[in-house]
Amino acid sequence: MRYAARKLLTLLFTMVIVSLLTFAAFSLIPGDPATARLGMDAAPEEVAALREAMGLNRPLGVRYLSWLAGFFTGDLGSSYSYSSSVSALVGQKLPATLALSLLSFSLVVLISIPLGVRSVGRAARRRTDAARTAVNQLLMALPPFFTGILLTWLFGTGLRVFGVRLQLFVPGRLPAFSVHPGGFLLYLLFPAVAVAVPRIAMTVRMLHSTLLREMNQDYVRTSISRGSDRAGVLYRHVLKNAMVPVVAFLAQTMAEVVAGSIVVEQVFSVPGLGRLLLGSIGSRDWPVVQAIVVILAFWVVLAGTVGDLIAQRLDPRLRLGGDRR
Amino acid sequence: MKRMNGCLRAGLILTGILFALIILGFFWTPFDPTAMSGAEKLLPPSLRHLMGTDSFGRDIFSRVLRGAGTTFLIALCTVAVGAVFGTLAGALTGYFGGRVDAVLMRLNDALTAFPSMLLALVLISLFGSGRQNVILALGIVFIPSFARVTRAAYASLRDANFVAEARLMGAGSARILFVHLLPNTLSVLLPALTIGFNNAVLAEASMSYLGIGVVPPDASLGYMLSEAQSMLASAPWYAVGTGCAIVLLIFSVGLTGEGLQRRRGEARYA
Repeated sequence: MRYAARKLLTLLFTMVIVSLLTFAAFSLIPGDPATARLGMDAAPEEVAALREAMGLNRPLGVRYLSWLAGFFTGDLGSSYSYSSSVSALVGQKLPATLALSLLSFSLVVLISIPLGVRSVGRAARRRTDAARTAVNQLLMALPPFFTGILLTWLFGTGLRVFGVRLQLFVPGRLPAFSVHPGGFLLYLLFPAVAVAVPRIAMTVRMLHSTLLREMNQDYVRTSISRGSDRAGVLYRHVLKNAMVPVVAFLAQTMAEVVAGSIVVEQVFSVPGLGRLLLGSIGSRDWPVVQAIVVILAFWVVLAGTVGDLIAQRLDPRLRLGGDRR
Repeated sequence: MKRMNGCLRAGLILTGILFALIILGFFWTPFDPTAMSGAEKLLPPSLRHLMGTDSFGRDIFSRVLRGAGTTFLIALCTVAVGAVFGTLAGALTGYFGGRVDAVLMRLNDALTAFPSMLLALVLISLFGSGRQNVILALGIVFIPSFARVTRAAYASLRDANFVAEARLMGAGSARILFVHLLPNTLSVLLPALTIGFNNAVLAEASMSYLGIGVVPPDASLGYMLSEAQSMLASAPWYAVGTGCAIVLLIFSVGLTGEGLQRRRGEARYA
């Protein structure tokens, strides 16, 4: 329990630092938001009034704290370029990004773990090892936006292969989840695959070498010499021990999946946070940018903490402050 | 000299070929990459146009050669910025330790909370786009990862006998850090460089694809892909050719990195 409490404390601390860094970075941007909103030829009194209304005359520290509190009360100020509140804008776009990241993350976990385990289960041969390395490196080299473009070409443009029309989705028309959940998931499956492919390759590679190292431990040899078979030892003992670094790696995968979806949303025109973020950067709408950056970073830190807690379940030594092997 | 493994050899050969092509592309391309030709629009790949032409009749192979050069240069500069400052920070904090080390490590933890792409986007929105700013933004993004790798290596070697001996012989800290210790960290630094390079290629291409990285006339591979996406139905070879160039670049450098890691005899993950 003390371990969990310490992790949660670290989580809070990191979140404060993350939000502080973000806030500080955007406070450094030259230019007055009130002038930006009213235009260059606004009357000085008007600008002054708006500055007061936007709370820009308060000290930086106070502004930071009230902004931070906004993440809990839901009041993150209003967007410069849209006439709506930041939280409404973000809330509207969050579900698509969340669904995309989770879908992609599940693909990574569900595909890479069985593949990685299988790759160790059979005795390694040199030729297959070389082929696996080559395929693995090739898949790792596939940038999500390129895979995405290929997928839109194959399944989105109505391409005909042997007279069969392959169109499975219409780019730019994401069905609403409430109306057509199946269509929503099918549409998001393609960007999710594009993001997941290189991460699957990386996870398989990492799992493969972790498992191999673990299979060389003394307890494995003992167990085999006492009559267990290789696969039995692998599933009963080795897998659990090897999962500890893999869990940490998967938590990091969550970060990469989020980053990947920012780019891939653009490829598939998914109306999510990534597109809102890019649009807001383009129109210099800093309150929106700030909020999205912090929300995505919080999400990543949270995933890291959950990963740590799971790792600690798997390896009780970590609870005593021991290091990961 | 340790023996080269198959991975490293294949990686180095491929990287060498690509490097030669990219250098060639700076001086000579089969066609002018920006020259338009009304008569040769949207041609599929042929012997004359290896990767076909786009909707303006420009030769895609020439464009890819030139674009790969831009991407390559930016990635190289980015890694240089990240590696120099990251190694410096990692060396100092790893070797001296103490309070500065503790503070910088906390900062490093917080920075890794931002997905690298997100951090790059934030920095780009602060600096504005363009070639130098992309290099600067991505370089800063890559500092923490290099700092982490070198810090660990320096911290583990800090109390080694050869360091104590050098100190006894009167060597200054700077000499110990860079003449005695640096060569011993190369086995971790070199693979980190290849991984960093690949991440830089990927990040630059993503940002240019999103339209906030390098802007024309400096067409990089990422920008070309975004252009290619709009011609997907009429000239799919444009996207395929450009994308394959990116994949090939990352693949060859990745293979080299894998080979370097295997030579060290132990897999480490980025």
